[in-house]
Amino acid sequence: MSDRPLTRNIDPVAGPTWIKTYEANDGYQAVRETIGQRSPADVLDMVRESNLRGRGGAGFPTGMKWSFVPMGKTDGHKYLVCNADEMEPGTFKDRIILEYDPHQLIEGMILSAYTIAADVGYIFIRDEYHVATRRLRQAIAEAEQKGYLGNDILGTGYDFHLYVHVSAGRYICGEETALLNSLEGKRATPRAKPPFPQVSGLFGRPTIVNNVETLCNITHIVGKGPDWFKSLGLGDDSGTKLFGASGKVKRPGCWELPMGTTIGEIIEDHAGGMREGLALKGFLPGGASTDFLLPEHLDLRMDYDTIMQAGSRMGTGTMIIMDDKTCPVAMVRNLEMFFARESCGFCTPCREGLPWIFRILDDIEEGRGMPEDMEVLDRQGRFIGAIGNTHCAHAPGAIEPLSSAIRYFREDFEQHIQGKRCPYAGG
Amino acid sequence: MSRKDPLIIQPLSSEEITAIENEVSHLPFRDAAAIDALKIVQAHRGWVSDESLAAIARLLDMSIEELDAIATFYNLIFRHPVGEKVILFCDSVSCWLMGGDNICDHIRQKLDIDYGGTTADGRYTLLPVTCLGDCDHAPAMMVGDELHHDLTPAAIDQILVKGNHNE
Repeated sequence: MSDRPLTRNIDPVAGPTWIKTYEANDGYQAVRETIGQRSPADVLDMVRESNLRGRGGAGFPTGMKWSFVPMGKTDGHKYLVCNADEMEPGTFKDRIILEYDPHQLIEGMILSAYTIAADVGYIFIRDEYHVATRRLRQAIAEAEQKGYLGNDILGTGYDFHLYVHVSAGRYICGEETALLNSLEGKRATPRAKPPFPQVSGLFGRPTIVNNVETLCNITHIVGKGPDWFKSLGLGDDSGTKLFGASGKVKRPGCWELPMGTTIGEIIEDHAGGMREGLALKGFLPGGASTDFLLPEHLDLRMDYDTIMQAGSRMGTGTMIIMDDKTCPVAMVRNLEMFFARESCGFCTPCREGLPWIFRILDDIEEGRGMPEDMEVLDRQGRFIGAIGNTHCAHAPGAIEPLSSAIRYFREDFEQHIQGKRCPYAGG
Repeated sequence: MSRKDPLIIQPLSSEEITAIENEVSHLPFRDAAAIDALKIVQAHRGWVSDESLAAIARLLDMSIEELDAIATFYNLIFRHPVGEKVILFCDSVSCWLMGGDNICDHIRQKLDIDYGGTTADGRYTLLPVTCLGDCDHAPAMMVGDELHHDLTPAAIDQILVKGNHNE
């Protein structure tokens, strides 16, 4: 039994796994054993029991998320939406699945849709993923031809139609309610919650939005059972996870490892440690919108709660590594430039506050900073970093790397202001 | 259909209208096809002109302002003409850590354009883009539909020269 269920069919050298190979490797077995054979309520119990938590970054329990959908058949559509809008800076995990094992996602979506009795599914994918889009469409056509998708799936009377929707850009589309607005052809402005998408989502109908990696896990949970899935994790969380590391490590990459693998193992063993002449100064554990952690945190397990207790978030599980020759102020300036640009503009604290923060960081980095700037950054961070002061989690996410950088690297900021130059420049 | 096809003189071709109506057919509301329609027109013409935008709005029972508010929200809908190939250069953090700024400066100098600019020969437009999900091979960029990674100044010279030879 493979302990790397998510990547067992992934071999970039061999190319994508098409349906013949996928089926030969037990693919669509879970669909055959489930659709019309098990009750949707039983499948929901398996997912709940597995303790699967959302792999898009928030870590919300998937079974609980699904349980808020009105169950059974309803008048009108119910939707299952796959969030394949991978755009969190430093995150490069879903692309690998989409490009090399599209059927794994399709199978997971069929099983998930069956559980909530959804009849229509969308894969919302970013425009730049051209290769993934082509392969997904081809895989969907293959699955339709085999009777796994469409009307009367495998003669069971269950209908599920799956479409690929290619986005037109903007990071905010990854926020699930913004994504739904975009799928409806509107500006991708996040919606107020409640109502939650489970009750009133796409076109006002019950909708579940899940990340690619989350949906792929469903295939294995249903196929091999929740106990097996739980046994894969080393710590409190279940299953495996696509972890990654980018930055100046010896071997940047993405690896499927047990949930609860230590940060040190990922950085030292899998990424090969820092490049010659460089030392680890800090890292963002799961994408741009997570708080910095330090070398002292290397022994921590990559678990949602463990990383939360250390003051950060596991996020997408793909780490961005900062070496000791990289200026933390310049790195945070780059991050805040991104967040300022990607604000949807709907609420004032985010639309005005993030560019303000960016300009102050730019001043500090370029030697024009004033001592009072640190107070403005602290105050802004507290104000727009607090959930509830902004319309959605975009600005609070933007503040996570900023406030943690100030907490851990305050001396660097002060040196810039006092010396009126970046101490790392020209070094 | 090539972008330079002289037959495209009307704001929407019959081919574009057919493609848009096809999208509308599986949606509960006509205006739900707004983004798809903009993308269809852009795929045919390279960008979305005021005239095309007005024609799409009419087709989808929307006001021009409503549709333009959507068109200008999305960074991959172009409301100005762009070059034959758009370079989407990743300016996010992992590429920045790996020296992306220097690579981008090299492109700017080589093509003599800044972000938002189009080369004098109309070949390339340079735009920044959010993380392309290729961080283990940073720095990365798209040129048209093609992803290029592990970029160095020498690689840039090859990629942009290779583009020239294809013409």
